[in-house]
Amino acid sequence: MIDTIRSLGRWGLDSFERLGRGHIFLLHTLQGVPELFLRFSLVIQQLFSVGVLSVLLILISGLFVGMVLGLQGYNTLVDFGAEESLGVLVSLSLVRELGPVVSALLFAGRAGSALTAEIGLMKSTEQLSGMEMMAVDPMRRVIAPRFLAGLISMPLLAALFSAMGIFGGFLVGHSLLGIDDGAFWSQMQVKTDWYDDVLNGVIKSIVFGFVCTWIALFEGYDATPTSEGVGRATTRTVVHSAFAILGLDFVLTALMFGEG
Amino acid sequence: MPLIKIRDLHFYRGSRAIFDGVNIDIDRGKITAIMGPSGTGKTTLLRLIGGQLRPDRGTIEVDGQDVHKLSHSDLYDLRKRMGMLFQSGALLTDLSVFDNVAFPLREHTKLPESLIRDLVLMKLQSVGLRNAHNLMPSELSGGMARRVALARAVTLDPMMIMYDEPFTGQDPISMGTLVNLIHKMNDAMKLTSVIVSHDVAETAEIADYIYLLSAGKVIEKGSPVQLKRSSSQWVQQFMQGLPDGPVPFHFPGDSLEDDLFSQKVSG
Amino acid sequence: MHNKNTEITVGMFVAAGIVALFILAMKVSNLADLNDEEGYRVVAEFENIGGLKVRSPVTLAGVRVGRVEAIDLNSQTYNADVTLNLYGSYNQIPTDTAASIYTAGLLGEQYIGLEAGAEDEFLQDGDVIDLTQPALVLEQVIGQFLFSKAEGDE
Ligand SMILES: Nc1ncnc2c1ncn2[C@@H]1O[C@H](COP(=O)(O)OP(=O)(O)OP(=O)(O)O)[C@@H](O)[C@H]1O
Ligand SMILES: [Mg+2]
Repeated sequence: MIDTIRSLGRWGLDSFERLGRGHIFLLHTLQGVPELFLRFSLVIQQLFSVGVLSVLLILISGLFVGMVLGLQGYNTLVDFGAEESLGVLVSLSLVRELGPVVSALLFAGRAGSALTAEIGLMKSTEQLSGMEMMAVDPMRRVIAPRFLAGLISMPLLAALFSAMGIFGGFLVGHSLLGIDDGAFWSQMQVKTDWYDDVLNGVIKSIVFGFVCTWIALFEGYDATPTSEGVGRATTRTVVHSAFAILGLDFVLTALMFGEG
Repeated sequence: MPLIKIRDLHFYRGSRAIFDGVNIDIDRGKITAIMGPSGTGKTTLLRLIGGQLRPDRGTIEVDGQDVHKLSHSDLYDLRKRMGMLFQSGALLTDLSVFDNVAFPLREHTKLPESLIRDLVLMKLQSVGLRNAHNLMPSELSGGMARRVALARAVTLDPMMIMYDEPFTGQDPISMGTLVNLIHKMNDAMKLTSVIVSHDVAETAEIADYIYLLSAGKVIEKGSPVQLKRSSSQWVQQFMQGLPDGPVPFHFPGDSLEDDLFSQKVSG
Repeated sequence: MHNKNTEITVGMFVAAGIVALFILAMKVSNLADLNDEEGYRVVAEFENIGGLKVRSPVTLAGVRVGRVEAIDLNSQTYNADVTLNLYGSYNQIPTDTAASIYTAGLLGEQYIGLEAGAEDEFLQDGDVIDLTQPALVLEQVIGQFLFSKAEGDE
C-alpha cells in the first residue's frame, strides 16, 4: 500500500520534473530561432525532411478522407433532401476539424517520430556532445532549425490536406453521385467563412505544429542514449502528440466556435 | 603556470565516487597522459575539463578561467580554443568526411569556400584520408572515423587538444603515423595535449608526464622514465600489463564468494 | 547539386501550401466577397427578418448583387434596419425596387431578394428602400392557415 503511494508520488515528481525540463528546453529553442533568419539554409534543409517528405502521405490521406466524407455525407443528407449542402458539410468538416487534426496526427507519426529518432541517435552517438565541444550549440544548430521547419510545415500541410479533401469530396459528390457542381461550390462558399472557419483552422494547425515539434524534439533530446531508450522516446512522441493534439483541439474548438 | 589546474576534484555518479579528491596540473606545450584501468573515469575527466559535466566539489581552471563559473557564451568561446577527440569519433553522420572536417570552420569563421577546401584537404592529408573526403561516416571503419575526428579536432588550430583513446583500432602503421603526428603537432603548433590511452608503450614514447588514476585517486605521477622505475607494485603491473597483481580488473562491489554464497542462501 | 534540388523541392512545397491556402480562401470560403468593399450601401427596414444574418446574400433575379452588412434594431419603429452592401458594378438599380426575405429551399438559409422597380433614378449610397416584405415565419403561416380554416368551417 505504502509502496503504491510511494511509486505514485515518484511518478508525479518525475512527471513534474520532465515538464519543467521540457519548458526550459522550449525556452532555449526559442532563443535560437531569431538568428536562424540569418542562416535560413539550415531551415530549408529541415523543411525538406520535415515538410516535403510528408507531402505525399498528406495528399493521399486528404483525398481519401474527403471522398469518404462525400459518400457518408451524401447518404445522410439525401434523407433530408439536402444533398446540395454536401459541399458545405465537406468543407466545414475539413477546414475546421479534420484538416488540422488528422494532418497533425499524420505529421506526428511521420515527421515527429523521425525527428525524435534522429535527435536521440545523435545524442547516443555523441554527435551532440561533439558539437558542444566544437563550441557549436546544438540547441541553435540542430534543434532550433527543426523546430522552425515544423512550425512552418504544419499549416501548409494542413491546408494541402483540406484542399485535397474538398477536391475528393467534390469528385465523389459530382462525378459519382451527380450533385450539381454549381450548387456544391456556391453553397460551400456562402456557408464557409474565411475568418471563423478557415483562419481558425489555420490557427489550430499552427498550434498543433508548435506542440508536436516541441514534443518530438524534446523526447529525442531527453532520450536515454541507448537503442532501447530511443525506441521508447519515439513511441512516447507519437502517443503524447496524439493526446496533446486531441486535447488541445477540444480546448481550441471551445474557444473558437463555443459562443457561436 | 599550468594550462589546466585541477584542485580537489570530487565527482559522483549516484553514490559512487568517480573522483575523490584529485589534483592534476597540465603544463603548457607538453604532452600529458592520463592512464588508468577501464572505467576509472578518464573520459569523465575530459568531459569535466570541457565543461560538459559539473564537479560536485573542487575547481578546474583552464588558461586561468574557472570552467564551471563561466557564462554560456564565455564557455563556448573557451571551447573554440579546445579540441577534443571523442572515443567514438562523434562524426556528424549526415555530413560527408569533407563537410565534417569543414564544419568548425564554417560555423566559426567566414573564410571563403576555396580556402576552406584547401585547409580541409590539408588536414585530411595529414591523417592519410584525403582521398576519402567524399565518403560518408557510415562508410568508414572505426579507425578511419577516429582519424577523421582527429583532423576535425585540429581544424581550428586550438591551444590544446584532448585525445580520448586515439590509438585504439589502428593498425601498426597508422598507429605509428598517429603517434608521430600527435608529437609533431604538439611541437609545431605549440599545442598542449592531453592523451587518454591504454597503449602504454606508444603513450610512454611521446608523453612528457603521466598521471595514473585508479579508484578516484591519482595513484602515481611522473615522467615515463620515473614511472617505469617506480617501486610500486601497482604501477609495475599496469605499465607491464601483467594479469596478476593489485590492479582490480573487476567492477567494484561484492566479491564473487559473497554473490555465490548469498545465491545459495536465497535459492 | 544535392543542395539545389533540396531548395527547389522545398520551394515547390511552400508554394503548393500557399496555393492550397489561397484556394481555401477564394474558392471554398467567402473571402472573395469580403474584399470588394467598394460597393455602396442602402438601408431597408423590415418588420421581421426571421433568420437573416450578417453576410447573407442579396440577389436580384437570382443574381448575387451584394450582401447584408449590418442588422440593427430601429429604436423608433421597433423594426429591423438592414444595411445592404451592393456591389459597385450594379449601380443601376431603380429607387422603387422592393426587397423581400426569402428562404432557399425548405430548410435553407435566408437571403434578400430584390425586385427591380420602374423609376429612372437609381439607388445611391445612403438611400432607403421603402418597399419591403418581411420574412415568412413558418409558425405564423401555419397559425394563419389554421385560423382561416376554422373561420371557413363556421
Ligand atoms: N551516464 C552515466 N551514468 C552513470 N554512470 C556513468 C555514466 N557514464 C559513465 N559512468 C560510470 O563512470 C565510470 C567512468 O566512466 P568513463 O567513461 O569515464 O571511464 P573511462 O575511464 O573512460 O573508461 P574506458 O577506458 O573504458 O573508456 C564508469 O565506471 C561508468 O560506470
Ligand atoms: Mg573512456
